Amino acid sequence: MPYIPHDAAETAAMLAAVGIQRLDQLFDEIPAALQAADMALPEGLSEMALQRELEHRALDNAPLRCFAGAGAYAHHIPAIVWDIASRGEFYSAYTPYQPEASQGTLQVLYEYQSFITRLTGLEVSNASLYDGASGLAEACLMALRIQGGEPAILVPEHLLPSWRRVLDSMLGLQRIRLRSVPYDPDTGTLRLPGDAGGAAALIIPQINGFGVLEAVDALTDWAHAHGLLAIAVVNPLALALLKAPGEWGARGADMAVGEGQPLGIPLTGGGPYFGFLACRKAHVRQLPGRLVAKTVDGQGREGFCLTLQAREQHIRRGKATSNICTNQGLMVTAATIHMAALGGHGLRRTALTCHQRASRLRKHLAALPEVRLPYAGPFFHEFVLRLPRPASAVRDALLGHGILAGVPLADSGLGEAGDLLVCATELLEEADLRAYRDALAAVLETV
Amino acid sequence: MSDSIFDHDHHFPAADDPADIPAHLLRQTPLDLPNPAELEVLRHYTRLSQKNFSIDTQFYPLGSCTMKYNPRIAHAMAVLPGFARLHPDTPAPAMQGLLRVLWELQEWLAAVTGMAAVSLTPAAGAQGELAGVAMIRAYHAARGDQGRRKMLIPTAAHGTNPASARMAGFEVVEIPSLADGDLDMEALDRHLGADVAGIMLTNPSTLGVFERRIAEIAGHVHAAGGLLYYDGANLNAILGRVQPGRMGFDVMHLNLHKTFATPHGGGGPGAGAVAVQERLRPFLPLPTVTREAEGAWRWTSEADLPRSIGRLSAHGGNIGVLLRAHAYLRRLGRAGVGRVSVYAALNANYLLKELQRVGYQAAFPERRASHEFILGVSDLQQATGIRALDVAKRLLDFGIHAPTIYFPQLVPECLLIEPTETESKATLDRFVAVMARIRQEALEQPELLRAAPHHLPVGRLDEALAARRLDVAAVR
Repeated sequence: MPYIPHDAAETAAMLAAVGIQRLDQLFDEIPAALQAADMALPEGLSEMALQRELEHRALDNAPLRCFAGAGAYAHHIPAIVWDIASRGEFYSAYTPYQPEASQGTLQVLYEYQSFITRLTGLEVSNASLYDGASGLAEACLMALRIQGGEPAILVPEHLLPSWRRVLDSMLGLQRIRLRSVPYDPDTGTLRLPGDAGGAAALIIPQINGFGVLEAVDALTDWAHAHGLLAIAVVNPLALALLKAPGEWGARGADMAVGEGQPLGIPLTGGGPYFGFLACRKAHVRQLPGRLVAKTVDGQGREGFCLTLQAREQHIRRGKATSNICTNQGLMVTAATIHMAALGGHGLRRTALTCHQRASRLRKHLAALPEVRLPYAGPFFHEFVLRLPRPASAVRDALLGHGILAGVPLADSGLGEAGDLLVCATELLEEADLRAYRDALAAVLETV
Repeated sequence: MSDSIFDHDHHFPAADDPADIPAHLLRQTPLDLPNPAELEVLRHYTRLSQKNFSIDTQFYPLGSCTMKYNPRIAHAMAVLPGFARLHPDTPAPAMQGLLRVLWELQEWLAAVTGMAAVSLTPAAGAQGELAGVAMIRAYHAARGDQGRRKMLIPTAAHGTNPASARMAGFEVVEIPSLADGDLDMEALDRHLGADVAGIMLTNPSTLGVFERRIAEIAGHVHAAGGLLYYDGANLNAILGRVQPGRMGFDVMHLNLHKTFATPHGGGGPGAGAVAVQERLRPFLPLPTVTREAEGAWRWTSEADLPRSIGRLSAHGGNIGVLLRAHAYLRRLGRAGVGRVSVYAALNANYLLKELQRVGYQAAFPERRASHEFILGVSDLQQATGIRALDVAKRLLDFGIHAPTIYFPQLVPECLLIEPTETESKATLDRFVAVMARIRQEALEQPELLRAAPHHLPVGRLDEALAARRLDVAAVR
């Protein structure tokens, strides 16, 4: 019996101790009419047969050179990251509600919080949320709790569409209005609205859905001048190069939220990743999710425990700051080890290499006769190509060349039909960049 | 003084700023993260791991959390490069292997639960609850039934239930339980009406016993126009034997990180798939996986489910967790799934009888335990002042993780104990022997328990100081 250790003699002894003869009697309080599960499940497999089947399925996913980003990025992950994160002591541990038996996980979370506060330039980071997009929804709810007043948020029209849809679903349930702020079609950057219309916060995506860098200082100052909170949406790897949200404008952004996947998390078709959320200490009581603090035990020894749990659902129930319970602990463990393994210097070097590769690729591709670059402004590692044919058709044709060419924006309602969001990371070397250019040239002649 | 990653820092020349990004967009202060050597990183985090309890190293009789063995083969399969390197925006023809696996998991979970359709996207149980109650809301709204703003929830429910209902815009009304553990039907009937959207229940309940009148409850709720939500936290108790769909539930979530053996990872990631009856199918969260007539798989979108409650994460959910649950289910098959609840119940009932034998008091002695049960130690508290917390902390000294304590809140000084089916009789017997010894210690040397644990890296921590100081990040 897979994973069940009982032999017949043990089972018999246990039944006798319970005072029954048959295993069925364990369920004698359940009405018989309910106990007739006839399930359409396959027969079980041996571990060997299971492995054969799943290795076969894994091979059904074509290996591709990845030029797609749009919120999920292919990066090198040092071998030690998942070697350590997969240790049973991390992998199979429970939520650290018993701190004496969880000092390993708790210290990792404290270090993680420390790293995130240094990346974002803010004072407090929680111990993770599900992903960047749902993390942004939580940040909006947090802003509304802080601000009170009219339930409305200003959302850039060129936020990644996959994130906007999550805001629509989650905030729509509480009748929160999302007011779109348009972008300038010439620059691909946010166009400031005339007035704030009583909204609680402005979302400032650095990097936006076109990969273009925004004038974050002016946007943050505008938000504060109009009584809004500034919510920064950031790529954590890019923060090794770019200005930290805590330094945006005169007063700094109030919250920073983002997708943690670039920090050592495999792509795995979309998850599990993790969302990070950082804020100012003044707002910590409105922060959703778990938070770890350093303290001491009765003998004065340093230790770590969960803190301010009265914000959370297991204490406050219906009045909690969020319903979140399980978060993305193991992903954060990996991200912490990843940040430590690269170190501050390594993160910065990786970010710089991404930027250089993307800049090279952009030059290569812009040299093709039919390819346009609609936005000229500065970027990190992602940019829009405007193609003379529908971007999804070009993307599909490039699959035949072993290339995942990018993410067609119009599929999700942003930009024009020919717009392809393209990304290059440190994984792509000069030969890969040239291969993309040559394949794209060939495809544009035939599609 | 504990070892800190910030103690390991070597200084190398930092990379230059890129020339083509304006200076005002770049970091103004250098990134102040440590730069340890790889071996220092390896040792630091390996040593930290050794300060954790885990299923791989300790017994975890943690009620309502289903801490069963996480098979390593499931992990090995989930990290195969063909899955791990797959970008979420890969077109369906280039990710058929993954889509097929996810589609199979949808089908199998529908079969296990007796439901019509499944969406795998919720990232954890609480997000599954949110999706579930949002579907209830969307269902009533689609029928023009707008006045149903209340969600009924038993007093003993998990805290996520009321929190999720509120996030979905509902007002929460609590329904008490009776002394025998069943729901108070009279209170239920008093609250049912045209303003009630539904009820959220676990069965077996959080009190560790099966809700015997579930068919009657379903009848009353449905007659009043409400829907029934099943919190899958306790599904391990009835897996392969009783299908929530047959009990009359309309919508539910499953905690794949409990019932389907995916790891808890020190607090996640989980996966909270939702399953629904036919009438709620149009409202499922996106995306799901569908099989085209010709046997090709693809994600569904808003075009397929225009009345969907929408999307809960940027992509398809915690796919790596779903891969592990798929491997587990495939390994067990129909017969193996049926054995899960049988041996989970056997272990729980055996442990209950043995712990009663050594002097502990059951909260519901007349009832059959489900996959878990509640002990109360009020007798110890009256005799010596020892509390459930002290018993729990002393267990840690014996290398056994503490049970869930003070939940559900309506049983004073309670321990909620769930052994799961993957533990052997020898492990359970050792637990009983330790519990017997702790009981004796409580009566003879209560100060030993009050100061426990004694043999862990730290003793009881000053949580008030932690909240007051709020040292939540290492400062420079």
